[in-house]
Amino acid sequence: MPWKAVSPIEIYKLLPRTNCKKCGEENCMAFAVRLVNMETKLEKCTPLLEESKYNQNYEKLREILNPPVKEIEIRSDKRVVKIGGEYVMHRHELTYINPTPIAIDVDDTMSKEELIRRIDIAENFKYDYIGRSLTLDLIAVRSVSNDPEKFRKTVGFVASNTSFPLVLCSLNPRIIEAGLSAIPDGRPLVYALTKDNWQRIIELAKKYGVPVTIFSPGDLDTLVSLAKTALDNGVNDIALDPGTFVGRKGLGYTLNAFTMLRWKACNDDYKLAGFPLVGTPITAWKTVEGDSQTKMWWETVTAAMLIIRYADLLIMHSIEGWSLLPLVMLRFNIYTDPRKPVSVEPGLRIIGNPGELSPVMITGNFALTYYIVSGDIEAGKIDCYLLVVDTEGIAVECAVPGRKLLPENVAELLKSSGVEEKVKHRILIIPGKAARLAGDIEDATGWKVLVGPLDSKDIPKFIGEKWTPQIIEELSRS
Amino acid sequence: MVKKEDKGINGLAEFLASKILEALERHGELILEDVEIEVDELELIVQPGMIRQVIKAPPVEKILKLAEVRFEEPVMEWVGKVVEVKIGATKSEGGTRDRTLVVGGESLPPFYLFKGSMPHPPVIAMDVFDMKIKLPKSVRQHFEDVLNDPAEWARRCVEKYGAEIINLHLVSTDPYVKDTPPSEAAKVVEEVLQAVKVPLTIGGSGDPVKDVKVFKKVIDVAEGERVVLNSLNLDMKLEDIAEYLRNKDAVVIAFTPMDLDKARELNRKLYDYLPKERIMMDTNIAGIGYGLEYGFTVMERARLAALKGDADLQHPIVAGVTNAWAAREAWMKMDPYWGPKEIRGPIWETITGLATLLAGADYLMMMHPFSIKTLKDIISFFLRGEPTRSEDIYDWVSMKIG
Repeated sequence: MPWKAVSPIEIYKLLPRTNCKKCGEENCMAFAVRLVNMETKLEKCTPLLEESKYNQNYEKLREILNPPVKEIEIRSDKRVVKIGGEYVMHRHELTYINPTPIAIDVDDTMSKEELIRRIDIAENFKYDYIGRSLTLDLIAVRSVSNDPEKFRKTVGFVASNTSFPLVLCSLNPRIIEAGLSAIPDGRPLVYALTKDNWQRIIELAKKYGVPVTIFSPGDLDTLVSLAKTALDNGVNDIALDPGTFVGRKGLGYTLNAFTMLRWKACNDDYKLAGFPLVGTPITAWKTVEGDSQTKMWWETVTAAMLIIRYADLLIMHSIEGWSLLPLVMLRFNIYTDPRKPVSVEPGLRIIGNPGELSPVMITGNFALTYYIVSGDIEAGKIDCYLLVVDTEGIAVECAVPGRKLLPENVAELLKSSGVEEKVKHRILIIPGKAARLAGDIEDATGWKVLVGPLDSKDIPKFIGEKWTPQIIEELSRS
Repeated sequence: MVKKEDKGINGLAEFLASKILEALERHGELILEDVEIEVDELELIVQPGMIRQVIKAPPVEKILKLAEVRFEEPVMEWVGKVVEVKIGATKSEGGTRDRTLVVGGESLPPFYLFKGSMPHPPVIAMDVFDMKIKLPKSVRQHFEDVLNDPAEWARRCVEKYGAEIINLHLVSTDPYVKDTPPSEAAKVVEEVLQAVKVPLTIGGSGDPVKDVKVFKKVIDVAEGERVVLNSLNLDMKLEDIAEYLRNKDAVVIAFTPMDLDKARELNRKLYDYLPKERIMMDTNIAGIGYGLEYGFTVMERARLAALKGDADLQHPIVAGVTNAWAAREAWMKMDPYWGPKEIRGPIWETITGLATLLAGADYLMMMHPFSIKTLKDIISFFLRGEPTRSEDIYDWVSMKIG
């Protein structure tokens, strides 16, 4: 059954209904509403957990609210990364929950300098976008030497030089155990349990209490058989990797496998597929012919495909900006909650190098509006002051009739932003779609209003024609 | 040699039993080889408590067998089908194109090839403009010498970059650009039709009044070629242009700005004039970081609705992947860590295109030759990839890179 919205009433009936506020909400009904919107966790209701009379209800609630894709935590002593926890195949059906973390690999044949270099690049990767920082998430340590002692030392060294949680990668259980023994306080993800080592890896997963990835490239029957074996033996925190094949030999297989597994989890209630999916675009370095740029290109393309089609964690080798930048932005886009309008902070944006005679324009704070408008202004190489008015995240087109673009807000922003001190003129350019507010804005602000074009792509032309010394002079005099 | 005569045979047996148990405990099994025991009766008495101790195995030994389960293939049923739209006309069909293309026809979500086939793989059209326009440098360098000559530009796309279809944009007809009259625009169309033999899509300037005039003129000179007009929208006088197109052999793209209700509304209006098989729809797309998620989701919803039976949305989907270049990250000079814009641009367009493929696009409009090549490769890998060999990647964790 595809995921269906649960009614808050159904949840409310099973809550204590004491309105004790321990969860931080005003009452149990408010908590129920937040629960069905996936905005809070059931465990915040402490009485439900602590008082035995609620045991049954707690179990029922868990069943109703648990995501079809299990959520698993990977931890270092400083950070937690959550993977999975997804409810739906398509983002419009609810929202996606945990943005696909990206792990950057290092291996045990690298020098300390090289390890530090890669860790630093991964840790310091940061791109500011819509007022948010886009970053990377994990370090994957691979055993290339096949020497347990070397691996143990490398894992220890990496762990003491990064705050990121780790993925420990080897198919040799002795190596995995050596790695686990190096970080007794962490909760790394083990990669991987296979058809050849499952007995020992299950044993280790239990002994160290760590999540494991089941890897069965090209064979879904074995993948789910291994998953069932792990579950039957008490290993519940598992992730699945059906194999990331890059290029002609299997990109299609990989797309199919990820799509089928997620379909089974979300729509067919098939428990053995209900786990986070791990993608390894890094295999491009093994299978793609050509120079490193070519390998990186296909690694990036494959990673993008997997961000869209259901990977809950990616392991990559490339640390080039051009490869990672589109991926973290794509990930941000795809994992944005479609139920909420994406807005940007209201306030003053300085574009280019404006001076005291540069234009002052206003727009709304719907993120898309803002990015298109500012993008058009930048593309036209116009130096200006752009005032982003709080329209409650609504596009200008709808904000005008919906009374979300208010002249008094414009007036307030002109003052608080300090733009009055930055320019000598008192002319405000407003969006063409807000033309009918021109008079009201003039009254509220005391500034002269110049109505801009209907579409922001025409701003450069508009400025070229209308922002001349004569016209500024004329408007300032009138 | 065991020497325990004092306690007689019983003592020996007891001693042996304890040794055997000890060995069993330590090694799990004990094989007696070349041992002769000469007694009439040998009774090994093993204490019950000790037996329990022996057979108590460490947890791992309980896992003797790998569970054997089959992966159950997804079960799904889709009732709707996207119409097939034919583009271009060959000589036998009254045109002069050397091929025709069919898009659409899907009855499954995008690339659900585990449930069936895709009747017509998505096609990629290359953009050509009727005047020299601002292009990102990494695109411009491939067309520098033909930017003033749309016919040559189109020829470059087909002959050098293997374009299957040309997207001619008559941007100069914009009243605010050059205001090129419809008759001159029509001449450009004729030139391009002469220069290349692949099917042609003709785009206006986006001015709803001027586009109607331009489309009427160009459709007359392209009579019989089954060209695509890009695009009709709700701001246009549809009773004028759609009525004019009623008896022409042309396909239209119905454009709406990321709004499914408007997409349905426009399609329904067009049904009064045109058969469904002559309508594609463009629900609008933006590049990564510039609203991709809105376009992606509207496209995905449109296609899923169509497959669930929404008859107003059962049209091939057009994606203006070129919009990816509006992202600053695709063309701006940035700190060296982010790499040269010559690669950022193409990867931006490639991934934006890939996202539209996975959301349901059938017809991609694109610009950069390398992005186009990659997308064609991806489509072929999806459709006709070779089978996997697990050994190709099985030991990726231990590979040495570099």
